[in-house]
Amino acid sequence: MTTTTSPGVTRRGRAAAAPPAIDPRPRWQPALVILLVWFVVWLFTRGHDTLVLLGRDKTSVMNALNDFRDHMLAGRDTNPLMRITGALADAFRSMVTWLQRLISIPAEPRPVPRIGWLGVTAVATWLGYALANWRIALLTLGTFVSFGLFGYWSDSMDLLIIVGVSVLICVVIGLPLGILAGTKKRANGVIEPVLDLLQTMPTFVYLLPIVLFFGIGAASAVVATMLYAVPPLIRIAAHGIRSVPATMIEVADSLGQTRWQRLRTVQLPIAKRTIIVGLNQTTMAALSMATIASFVDGPGLGKPVLAGLRINDVGTALIPGLLIVAIAIMLDRGTTAASERADVIARGGGLKPPVHRALLVGGGLAAVAALWLSTQKFWAAEFTDRGIGRRIANVADHAVDSVTSSISPFTGSIKDGITYGLLNPLQSFIAESPWWLAFLAIAALAFVLGGWKSFVPALACLAGIRFFGEWHNAMITLAMTLVATLLCMAIAVVVGVAMARSPRTDLAVRPFLDAGQTIPAFVYLVPVLALFGPSRFTGIIAALAYAAPVAIKLVADGVKGVSATTMEAARSTGASRLQQIRKVQLPMARASLVLATNQGLLFVLAMAVIAGMVGAGALGYDVVLGTTRSEEWGKGAAAGITIVLLGILLDRIARRAAEPAPKETQWLSLPRGRR
Amino acid sequence: MQVTQNRPIGALAALAAIALGATACGGGDISKAEQSNASASSAAAANNKCGTINMAVNPWVSYEASAYVVGEIAKSKLGCTVNYKELKEDVSWQGFGTGEVDVVIEDWGHPDLEKKFMKDKGGDGSAEDGGPNGNKGIIHWYVPPWLAAAHPDILDYQNLNKYAADFKTSESGGQGQFLGSDPSYVQFDEAIIKNLDLNFKVVFSGGEAASLEAFKKAEANKEWLIGYFWEPQYLFADVPLKAVKLPPYTDGCQDDPAKVACDYPDTVLEKIFSTKWAAKTDDAGVAFVKKFQWSNEDQNTVAKYIAVDKMDPAAAAKKWIDANPDKVKAWLG
Repeated sequence: MTTTTSPGVTRRGRAAAAPPAIDPRPRWQPALVILLVWFVVWLFTRGHDTLVLLGRDKTSVMNALNDFRDHMLAGRDTNPLMRITGALADAFRSMVTWLQRLISIPAEPRPVPRIGWLGVTAVATWLGYALANWRIALLTLGTFVSFGLFGYWSDSMDLLIIVGVSVLICVVIGLPLGILAGTKKRANGVIEPVLDLLQTMPTFVYLLPIVLFFGIGAASAVVATMLYAVPPLIRIAAHGIRSVPATMIEVADSLGQTRWQRLRTVQLPIAKRTIIVGLNQTTMAALSMATIASFVDGPGLGKPVLAGLRINDVGTALIPGLLIVAIAIMLDRGTTAASERADVIARGGGLKPPVHRALLVGGGLAAVAALWLSTQKFWAAEFTDRGIGRRIANVADHAVDSVTSSISPFTGSIKDGITYGLLNPLQSFIAESPWWLAFLAIAALAFVLGGWKSFVPALACLAGIRFFGEWHNAMITLAMTLVATLLCMAIAVVVGVAMARSPRTDLAVRPFLDAGQTIPAFVYLVPVLALFGPSRFTGIIAALAYAAPVAIKLVADGVKGVSATTMEAARSTGASRLQQIRKVQLPMARASLVLATNQGLLFVLAMAVIAGMVGAGALGYDVVLGTTRSEEWGKGAAAGITIVLLGILLDRIARRAAEPAPKETQWLSLPRGRR
Repeated sequence: MQVTQNRPIGALAALAAIALGATACGGGDISKAEQSNASASSAAAANNKCGTINMAVNPWVSYEASAYVVGEIAKSKLGCTVNYKELKEDVSWQGFGTGEVDVVIEDWGHPDLEKKFMKDKGGDGSAEDGGPNGNKGIIHWYVPPWLAAAHPDILDYQNLNKYAADFKTSESGGQGQFLGSDPSYVQFDEAIIKNLDLNFKVVFSGGEAASLEAFKKAEANKEWLIGYFWEPQYLFADVPLKAVKLPPYTDGCQDDPAKVACDYPDTVLEKIFSTKWAAKTDDAGVAFVKKFQWSNEDQNTVAKYIAVDKMDPAAAAKKWIDANPDKVKAWLG
């Protein structure tokens, strides 16, 4: 979830390095030549050496991976690594259980948690007021009450617990690492690639090894969430420290302070605001991963969503899905407001102190009273489920049912059109090429598009894909990814330009984009499946729903960034609206279009596993297979690694090919491969 | 800046202190319930104790039905603590060794896992066979009823190639489409198709819900569809799918997944226990779960409550338990 706040960060990053409109080198001609040669050779060799691997066939590498897994499992009690992770898992598990008994599940022999809903809600609301403002307090109040009202109190608390514990660990680990990366160039050289890897890796790929080391349940959920959420904190903290003006450091140094003093008195205070932005992003990322962790029995709202998927009931999945969105909005606005408020107060603003203090004390006392009540009285401890959630779920389910059945002939023809017209030809071109042909052609494309800097990583990735034995599936996934990215960009340009040109459209569309980025992908799988049936196109739609919001936002922001004087000049020459868009706005926003494409590609790829669950097959299917059938673990691991390699391959080519803005802005906007 | 940070945190600390003090005082209706619970559970511990049951809940509705009926009986009649864990099959088995899972209530046969975790099969001994759960698992290739009525000869695999073109979809690349299911299920369809020289390609629906939806839609719209499906499944009450005859199952014909060319066997569905858990001889919960067996009809009833009537699984189980006191009593006796 790059969600709601990330555009702010991206925007800032880009503004700092206003893209110099470099003329692209004329490298598209050699690329076309390569494609032509590829096509001609394909005509004569198609179907040979495609390295098709049937569902249950395995290569020796995959068997070796299986053996490794068995070896680790067998050494659960003796292997030092397994014992360390086992001890960590126990610690995480008991921490989560303790918190659960505090606010979410009955603390036996008590029939209810130690603190009931009234107490939790009151304290959270008070915190919202104390740390941010009364608006946030109201938002918090509404969100918490809706947990209980819709009948998901316990699951919501569980989700907050997992997010809370993970973010805490993120801070403990991430801040020192961020400071290290910000102050030591060499440390940064080590940390950066690791973060790159973590962020391009689709989240389902994490789960496979994590379950091996940490077992199922809360411990794996915490570890997976932490791994997924920590990179933004490290990156942004390092960035914050690095961007402290050199003159300020010189002044401080001239006073003869030690390095530690410099960090404490100059670098950290100045970087504080940036670090809080990082914390915000980390929290949002944690929320999205904690939901996915329900696949390995992680507690939280992801569970009812999965249950809804199992019985094919949109309503059941929708309500917890919306609650996740509500939590996201609450946490995002809350942390943002808290950091802004800290600034305002530092400058002596804010509410008049006496009024504020009275509210703070009065609210605090009320919260304590509520807390006490919720430990004593059943009505304050347990939210009685009035079936409101179920009723809304039923209405939603019927609505979706009737809509899907009435438009399915129409959607069916869209699906067939794109599958037969675009996807099948492209797939037969890429995946039915002999592996050596595709290998050479892609490497050559990487070279002419991006030079040595993309050729070398491309070569390494291609060799890796070949080595792990999932070549054919990788090519099918590549074809799907390309088609989905193409569609994604088409949508992004149309909607993004519309948003940029009309503030009203922007205002209307943006909430949907935010929600689209926050709702876990498997919520909208149910209606999409009903519309399109199990197919690669369903997978593409799921990927679009995930990737399009990010791309649209980037395009909209980019087009909006075209200066008013330029537009004025264009209008004065009498250019029509279409001409303005085509000749001025899009070319001027080229950098953001490129960035959007790059992000779109990686986001789409991150959905490959979800696609595998809805009939798209290929790499995603093998990952799912690996997580679910023990004898296929090695195959799943190989497929997971292949997805990562494919991601790096595409990213390197796309980045270099587009002469992106300087590196500093790149990483700030690097997408996190959710799921 | 320091002021703004310290104020809420200090206040929060005070608040927490007061709250803890308040909790200690007691006196409300909850603490009464707590005391009675504590004494009840210690009384229960004295004569007929039941510990914790970690119940794996595998991802299909009929499994859920069995798991919750067992769990709710254990909870309400024996006072056990029941933890439901929503897990796929493979992960559940791994949980036996770590103590995270005690019971898999409906196992469809996993030779690979048995070899790894059952002592008599050469594994680490963390799992043991808990005997049949009373359900009979039937897996076949199925077509929707309308298709079987319109083309009766389709029910023999030897005639399938004749119709392959009719099963073609955008996904099947010129061949007929065969709809596979959730990757975690026991499936050999790719091998069967290859070894019987059938002109079909397996496309995986991804899960129970998707397969179900596909068959319902195929029957309603008279679409061509062939795929992997199974009983017990509540769909059969509404849409009685027709099985396609494959070469009959013989012992060992599915031992090598790559060479399978026969039909699926009827499976006696088993309970699998964690060895450590099952060894607790004085635990009433263990004794009950060991005794539990029920029929496909009973299971379908509860599965329908969950999937069609959209009842919460625990509530669905309770409805069945209340309606069938005799059966429940027999298990507890």
